[in-house]
Amino acid sequence: MRSSYKLIFERSREGRRAYDMPELDVPCACGTIPEGMRAVSRLDLPELGEVDLVRHYTNLSRRNFGVDNGFYPLGSCTMKYNPKINEELAAMFNSVHPRLDADMAQGCLRLMKDTEDMLCEICGMDAFTLQPAAGAHGELAGLMHIRAYHEHRGDTARTTIIVPDAAHGTNPASAVMAGFKVKEIKSAPDGGVDLDALRAAVGSDTAGLMLTNPSTLGLFERNIKKIAEIVHNAGGLLYYDGANLNAIMGIVRPGDMGFDVMHINLHKTFSTPHGGGGPGSGPVGVKSHLMPFMPVPVLKEDEDGMIVPDYDRPESIGKVKSLYGNFGVIVKAYCYIRSLGGRGLKEASENAVLNANYIMHRLRGAYGIPHDRTCMHECVVTPGELVDYGVHTSDIAKALIDRGYHPPTIYFPLIVHEAMMIEPTETESRETLDEFVDAMLDIAKVAKTDPGAIHAAPVTTPVGRPDEVAAARKPIVKYW
Amino acid sequence: MKSYVPNTEKERREMLSVLGLESMDELFSDIPADLRLNRPLDLPDGVSEIELRSILAGYALQNEDDGLLFRGAGAYSHYIPSVVPQLAMRSEFYTAYTPYQAEMSQGMLQALFEYQTVICRLTGMDVANASVYDGATAAAEAMIMLRDSKRRKKMLYSAALNPDVIAVIKTYAHCLGIETVEIPVGADGLTDISAIAANMEGAAGMIAAQPNYYGNIEDMQAISDAVHAANGLMVAYVNPITLGLMKRPAEYGADIAVGDGQPLGLPLSFGGPYVGFMATTAKLMRNLPGRIAGQTADAEGNRVFVLTLQAREQHIRREKASSNICSNQMLCAVMAAIYCCTMGPAGMKEVAQHNIAKAHYLAEQLAAIDGITLRYPETPFFNEFVVDTTLPAQELNDALKDIGITGGLVLPDGGMLWCATEMNAREEIDFLCDTIKSIMGGIR
Repeated sequence: MRSSYKLIFERSREGRRAYDMPELDVPCACGTIPEGMRAVSRLDLPELGEVDLVRHYTNLSRRNFGVDNGFYPLGSCTMKYNPKINEELAAMFNSVHPRLDADMAQGCLRLMKDTEDMLCEICGMDAFTLQPAAGAHGELAGLMHIRAYHEHRGDTARTTIIVPDAAHGTNPASAVMAGFKVKEIKSAPDGGVDLDALRAAVGSDTAGLMLTNPSTLGLFERNIKKIAEIVHNAGGLLYYDGANLNAIMGIVRPGDMGFDVMHINLHKTFSTPHGGGGPGSGPVGVKSHLMPFMPVPVLKEDEDGMIVPDYDRPESIGKVKSLYGNFGVIVKAYCYIRSLGGRGLKEASENAVLNANYIMHRLRGAYGIPHDRTCMHECVVTPGELVDYGVHTSDIAKALIDRGYHPPTIYFPLIVHEAMMIEPTETESRETLDEFVDAMLDIAKVAKTDPGAIHAAPVTTPVGRPDEVAAARKPIVKYW
Repeated sequence: MKSYVPNTEKERREMLSVLGLESMDELFSDIPADLRLNRPLDLPDGVSEIELRSILAGYALQNEDDGLLFRGAGAYSHYIPSVVPQLAMRSEFYTAYTPYQAEMSQGMLQALFEYQTVICRLTGMDVANASVYDGATAAAEAMIMLRDSKRRKKMLYSAALNPDVIAVIKTYAHCLGIETVEIPVGADGLTDISAIAANMEGAAGMIAAQPNYYGNIEDMQAISDAVHAANGLMVAYVNPITLGLMKRPAEYGADIAVGDGQPLGLPLSFGGPYVGFMATTAKLMRNLPGRIAGQTADAEGNRVFVLTLQAREQHIRREKASSNICSNQMLCAVMAAIYCCTMGPAGMKEVAQHNIAKAHYLAEQLAAIDGITLRYPETPFFNEFVVDTTLPAQELNDALKDIGITGGLVLPDGGMLWCATEMNAREEIDFLCDTIKSIMGGIR
């Protein structure tokens, strides 16, 4: 049954209230605000009773779909289960003020330091900062390290970041925000970096290369050593986009592959909830030659064993975010790492890869597999011959919604026509994978016999396919 | 050890055999052998929930955060109504990701549309985005908006911005080759408006805070007028909790309003996650960074919400995007919206009244103590203010610490930045001042 849902502003009735406050126990001081800076009108916010407010948001939540509702194989996003215990434990630190003197916040500071140390071991890096708030923010901060490195060597001609055409959109966008020019290189037919194209692209202007490994095709870059050698020999540095770290924990480390700087998405690999689009956290790891440039404060242990924030870092890039970062998210990631331990992290990666290969195997034949070899934690498939019946990736996605699944990432990576990027994660059971594959196979069957039924999808959702063109042409971005 | 992998050993072996494999290792044959770790990660062994709880309790015990708090400086202790965290913890919201699939994400999309509307109504602006990381990065993104809309690589900023905001602006500006010029603070603790005109040549605009870092209430109209007189754009960095009592940025001519939404129902949580809000005029809408939820319809004419104006964004525009931002702080934005809708117009006004009243009571009581003076006695302030003390500020704070009180923040110049909110009862303030009297009396 389709229906729109009233906005909270449409539920407002004058004079209702959902809050209360104690009586003011000191003299009023509103008169001290200079006349010219006083509010000229009452804020136009909704007025509701508490129960109506609670029902509004509860019902809104029922019009949403999260990992707790069902399978969410959104490629490159690592939608694994978010442990409940971690939410509870993170809330233990809710009342700690971030500007407390360091001696009063040793618990928080030590937890951060311990998290940094564990991330160093997992990634093979020498130091981590937890300041960046998300993956793209980590990319920006990491690229700022590369910039600072060249600047401090007086090598100011290095103004270009090389990005493969398979890269996440954030890579080139982050490079531009860090003040670089972007040189895009074509991928080789096997989806990896084209070594000849890379050799042709590097030069005295090369600041670095950004790379995801496994790549956005879900494939391990077998030439990684050669790539590192080409970039390093040209005087550039190697940046690791950690979006796909979930494939390799305990198996291979970015630091050992030759990367100089990297970010992690704690909200992907380390199980912190995605929050409907944030908050995330994007710690940045560096090798020792980039440590002088880390954002302030750097956490240090002093001679008394106290963790202190060090601001005296003359070569630091500065700050990329206020205070220490998304601390609450960091606590959850810490809890996750401690729960699993080293062995559990490796087990997570192994099963993530197993699950992805299992799905790919079962879809073979019904769907196109552009790079048919052992994949890592995600696989990329296409509609294959279904396009001959007028059924495209977006149609398959909508048909999956009707069958109770969140669709995979679609139309990405850009280098695969009609791509569907499926990332099951390790926290899904075999029967969930089987049921999902059965749904995909059913869609493929219906697509050939009754494509109209696929084009009509979704029919089970509260609303139908939105008119996105109208939304962009005549933007309505608030309620009047 | 905890495992979140449901498949048993037996099931894993069966799945491997379906793939024609015998061991997990074979799945990783693409990885060159000499690169592989080939040893266990050197991490503590996994633990059970019971053990994890006690480990975390161990960290929490090393914090001393259960006493009285009189500190703000960019992060504020406000009352958070129970409905805010409880509703935000609906797992349909918090375990979802960016609402790419609109049909199954109407809840989050509508909540964001409502958040954007709330921010527009708080600030008086035309359009808001669905959040950025925090107030400081919102300021930096606003700087980029100025550059792009004015095509000038210079911006002025008030020295009375939060130092973290200044630091982030400078970090971003350095990379982008944007020149930043600091407008100093006068003896009254306010931005020196007379210095604006002389520095505006070639500048795209200016950013100033209301209230400023020292808690003082700026004449934003005058700052805005000076910036506009030089054909620049005005960015107002505002504490949203003031807006129940104070003029909204649009009403003094701000072109962009930004700030940190933490005071709107988000816990202190040692500095994050918070939420940066950004709102602007219709004219600058397409320069906004990040996600924006918009309204449209389905084929039956039902109102539907979608992510819109995506031609600005990194996943479409790549290196030509208005920003690199992808994940933002959506759940925090929803919390801020729930807070504002819980408080309503009357509650937002009342909480602002409490803050300004408590801070003024605290200031009067402190100033009555021998050896403490208000640094800016003639300047109006909101819920923070600066004092100077005859006893070195850190010594005073250390003495307060011993009895479980977090005093004002010690400033680099030796002053103290004090804060009071609706959370500080009169008895607490009286107790604080009596304690300080005995400390200062005892030492003298």
